[in-house]
Amino acid sequence: MKTENKPEQKSANRGRRNTLKTLAVGAGTLAAPVLMLKPAHAQSRTIKIGFVSPQTGPIAAFGEADKFVLDGVKAALAKGINVAGKNYPVEIISKDSQSNPNRAAEVTNQLINNDKCDIILGSSTSDTVNPVASQCELAGVPCITSDNPWQAYFFGRKGDPKKGFEWTYHFFWGFDTIAEVFMNMWESVPNNKVVGTLFSNDPDGIAANEGLPGAFKARGFSVVNQGLYTGTTNDFSAQIAAFRKANAEIVMGVFTPPAFATFWTQCGQQGFRPKIATPAKALLFPSAVEALGARGAGMTTEVWWSPSHPFKSGLTNQTARQICDEYTKVTKRQWTQPLGFKHATLEVAIDVLKRAKALDAASIRDAIVATNYQSLVGPIQWKTGPVKNVCLTPLVGGQWKPGKNFKYDLHIVNNLSAKNIPIDSKMDALKS
Amino acid sequence: MSWISDIDWAGVLIQGALIGGLYALFAIGLSLAFGIMRLVNIAHGDLIVLCAYVAMIVVNATGVHPLWSIAVVVPVMFVAGYLMQRSLLNFTLGPSILPPLLVTFGISVIIQNVLLEVFGADTRRLNAGAMETASITLPGDVTVGVFPLVIFSVALLSLGSLQYLLYRTKLGRAFRATSDDAGTAELVGINNRHLYCVAMGIAMAFTALAAVLFSIRTSFDPSSGAINLIFAFEAVIIGGLGSLWGTLVGGIILGVSQSLGGSVVGPLVSDLIGNPVAAQWQILTGHIVFIIVLIVKPDGLFPRIRD
Repeated sequence: MKTENKPEQKSANRGRRNTLKTLAVGAGTLAAPVLMLKPAHAQSRTIKIGFVSPQTGPIAAFGEADKFVLDGVKAALAKGINVAGKNYPVEIISKDSQSNPNRAAEVTNQLINNDKCDIILGSSTSDTVNPVASQCELAGVPCITSDNPWQAYFFGRKGDPKKGFEWTYHFFWGFDTIAEVFMNMWESVPNNKVVGTLFSNDPDGIAANEGLPGAFKARGFSVVNQGLYTGTTNDFSAQIAAFRKANAEIVMGVFTPPAFATFWTQCGQQGFRPKIATPAKALLFPSAVEALGARGAGMTTEVWWSPSHPFKSGLTNQTARQICDEYTKVTKRQWTQPLGFKHATLEVAIDVLKRAKALDAASIRDAIVATNYQSLVGPIQWKTGPVKNVCLTPLVGGQWKPGKNFKYDLHIVNNLSAKNIPIDSKMDALKS
Repeated sequence: MSWISDIDWAGVLIQGALIGGLYALFAIGLSLAFGIMRLVNIAHGDLIVLCAYVAMIVVNATGVHPLWSIAVVVPVMFVAGYLMQRSLLNFTLGPSILPPLLVTFGISVIIQNVLLEVFGADTRRLNAGAMETASITLPGDVTVGVFPLVIFSVALLSLGSLQYLLYRTKLGRAFRATSDDAGTAELVGINNRHLYCVAMGIAMAFTALAAVLFSIRTSFDPSSGAINLIFAFEAVIIGGLGSLWGTLVGGIILGVSQSLGGSVVGPLVSDLIGNPVAAQWQILTGHIVFIIVLIVKPDGLFPRIRD
């Protein structure tokens, strides 16, 4: 218990230190000696950005592009950035959350207390994003996060929509949007509107299980919900039997890649052949689709970012497609969706720092609130979000189809929810 | 409650029993290592994943059907198991079971991270073509996958051959002697250290066999090991520590309980509380049965070992 108490104590100290600092700055406007000291300090100061992401562990695929993104951003920052008329070198300190919430909280504390970061960034799923944001909120350190459905981020941290959070800000889409995107796709192909649903028993699946079946019913779909499956499940016969009995022509769920591989193989063995399969989360990465073999063709999924998205990085001025092409050239690998969001998280933070009136926590926080920025994943501003700390980014529907250079390509097949993102091809029903 | 009369009991029991075969196959290596050396191998799940990657290398290099990779992976892992025991695990064996527990925990962490470093976080799978989704229809309209049947048969064959090895051969007699009383076995000229290495080699050979079938059945990545460990442990403990056929019975009990949990207990609870929780009860029912067995028969159903 001792070690667990320590960070809290430290953060309390940090909070006090911040208060003292703010007081000192306030006093500085009155007292000349403090003013005299400041420039000497500023000369040697480096701006520090903390960057927490799952690079190892069960969701390491989300952190796969980190190195590429960090290299690109570091190159663009080689000359430092100007804050309030002065040039500062920038250091990005990258930490691995190991896909583990406890570890994520621990490294965030290191970034706050040992590295004294000016701003901390977190990305990819509740297990990393939420503890990073919570530690920053506690310590009064500005924090920007992305790549986690906003309800899981906001309500998962017991956020009160009336009050919101003070130090932590997030951009991504929400479960209401994903429900809409999925139904848009399903309505574009003839079927009997019976949906079988099954969700993983983790923060993402639990939140989806609470919201999605109701949303589907509200739009006239009938839903056979089997509830939450445990992550270690090896056998989906019972759920498949229930779907088959209800004659579900659509299967939707939140799955981990191995669980979906097992589920989909068993569907084949047990003669259950739906017309549409839309497993959220499981098929974001090309490797997960390739693992399904020929039966991966035609799977539908959510698309939060792709080379077809008509956005540009404000930092490097590259388009989405240029960044994907460069990624493939450098790493010999196919683009993945987190690529865009990792880059965007960093460029938004840099935009914020450039606009900050001074290099203290409160000024940086004010700059975050005032953000109005065109990023690689779309426009970012926190003034128009569903709650104070959330900015929505667009979401469209995609389908995996046999590709040219790689085994499968992700085609955007439905953009009713974000018409500025072009469609690559029309959606097809699964071959039975 | 009309759904109760609709339950396809034969289907539920058969699917559950087939999953039990998978659990038993996972558990053989674990059971063997514990039965002979009292070694609790925490790295067992990660060793399965390691074997799956070795199989993947073989398949990618030669282009053969994944099942043929068994011919390479099994001998390779026998040697690897022998060397691992000789160079590392033998030093941890002693009156306390704690040192091997800690060392294998370390091995587990090392394997996961080395695999991630070398192969990346990608999800992988061995592709066995049409066999994966082929099925046969049994009388009573029960559809059973061919591949789960293959896994079950391999589990039976593996247990049968181990039974033969342990009870009909000289090596097996030495294993049993060492297991019963290591000190006395040494007095009559058995080289325990060497014997332990052979035992670990055999355990790893069966682990490799399980791994190839597992990597066709579902996809894997460097961190999928832990998921496989828990059911293997439960199968071994329900069946009785060190008992081979007990492991199969343990696996089947676990598989059938989960199957009943998903099709009967879960829907029943859902009806009672008016909330769809059927899938949640699948694994939970397995764990509950496991705990009941632990309470009623702490040594498992067929205990071979009495310390």
